[in-house]
Amino acid sequence: MTSSGGLEERVPVGRRVFLGLAALGALGVAFGSRIQNSVGDALGSGLGGLLPGGDRFRIYSITGKYPKIKDSDYRLRVSGLVEHPKIFTLDDLKAMPPTSFVKAFQCVTGWRVPNVAWEGVLLSDILDAVGVKPQGRALTFESYDGADTESLTLDQARLPDVIVAYKMLGAPVTTEHGGPVRLYVAPMFGYKSLKWLSAIRVVDQEQPGFWELNGYPVNGWLDGATGPTDPDPSLT
Amino acid sequence: MKILRFDPVQRATHWANAVLFGALMFTAIPLYFGSFFGLVLPRHLIEQIHLWCGLALPVPLVLSLLGPWGRGMRHDVRRINYWTKSEIHWLRTFGRSRLDADKFNPGQKLNAIFVSVAIVVMLITGSMLQWFRFFSVDLRQGATFAHDVFALAIFVVVIGHIYMALTHRDSLRSMFKGWVSASWAKNHARAWFDETTAVKNVSDPE
Repeated sequence: MTSSGGLEERVPVGRRVFLGLAALGALGVAFGSRIQNSVGDALGSGLGGLLPGGDRFRIYSITGKYPKIKDSDYRLRVSGLVEHPKIFTLDDLKAMPPTSFVKAFQCVTGWRVPNVAWEGVLLSDILDAVGVKPQGRALTFESYDGADTESLTLDQARLPDVIVAYKMLGAPVTTEHGGPVRLYVAPMFGYKSLKWLSAIRVVDQEQPGFWELNGYPVNGWLDGATGPTDPDPSLT
Repeated sequence: MKILRFDPVQRATHWANAVLFGALMFTAIPLYFGSFFGLVLPRHLIEQIHLWCGLALPVPLVLSLLGPWGRGMRHDVRRINYWTKSEIHWLRTFGRSRLDADKFNPGQKLNAIFVSVAIVVMLITGSMLQWFRFFSVDLRQGATFAHDVFALAIFVVVIGHIYMALTHRDSLRSMFKGWVSASWAKNHARAWFDETTAVKNVSDPE
């Protein structure tokens, strides 16, 4: 169809543009995290955060719904191998000594939101308040969504950056972020930070939670984090 | 007089590709903006549609190019790849220089090249996000970034493509029925018209 005489003076622009754009894609994969770290601040978390590279949460829900819990209805049941099983209201939690810090939220699938302000109660303080029996080795967490569960060993739970959070991003934790109360496990991937926390049970051995049963590591340490001996491996 | 512009394989490929792109873009919006709108969604279902459409994305193109039925496809790929000096000049002057356009003008060629590279980049980065365990967190983050940037570009290009199609009805019709009128070809694709009428392929499909 195309005469061969015409072909000779032609330039394979298509191939060059194709390879050029593909190379851009590869560079984006290779340096995307660094690009995001520098442009994320510039874009902020408002409308600019919606652009690629912005600091933006992607909201997941296992059930496809967000459980709506009024602050006054909120209860955290702590039971299992404890001396004094207790039900905490939101006010009970707020009456305990608060812990706050600024740390990244890193999803196991790759997206990351740096510089998130967190505030809540050290999980360690809650454990002390109920008294863990000597047989207690691990914790099981349950969610108001009725589907998600999580686990931590007792050692992990006592790390200084593992909190039961009621404030996030400078405001009460919103429903989509797991409010009014969620778990935040700073040294691990986001799936360990269970949302809409409803119950904590102390058990004698670790039981894999929802995501672990779906193939995620039980110990969801961030890259570079190795364990309780390395208590502050957060990327922030 | 009618001139065949797209054979049935090309039309079927285009529309299969369009349906997959449409489904992917439609499901991409809630996946991307979910946190902004605070939407309550059957996210898992939307993810599955997005995933399977994404995996199917290269199938129409690959099938249409490889089979014995793909002669028209392969001819056009060659046309889209090889550019004349005057086409390059036309692009450099943003369409202000004179050009006896080929079957596709440089803008249309760029559109096709972009779509093909987008398929490859989105398939690779999307697969990295789906099977993330095999990649470091840095690469996962990079794949997210590249996937997002290319997605934005795809929206811009596809919206432009649809706008051009709706404002160029003869061209749009040829993607449904296959043919363009000789007068359209003379005005919009002069080089192709001359080449086609000089050789053969002048047909009256009806």
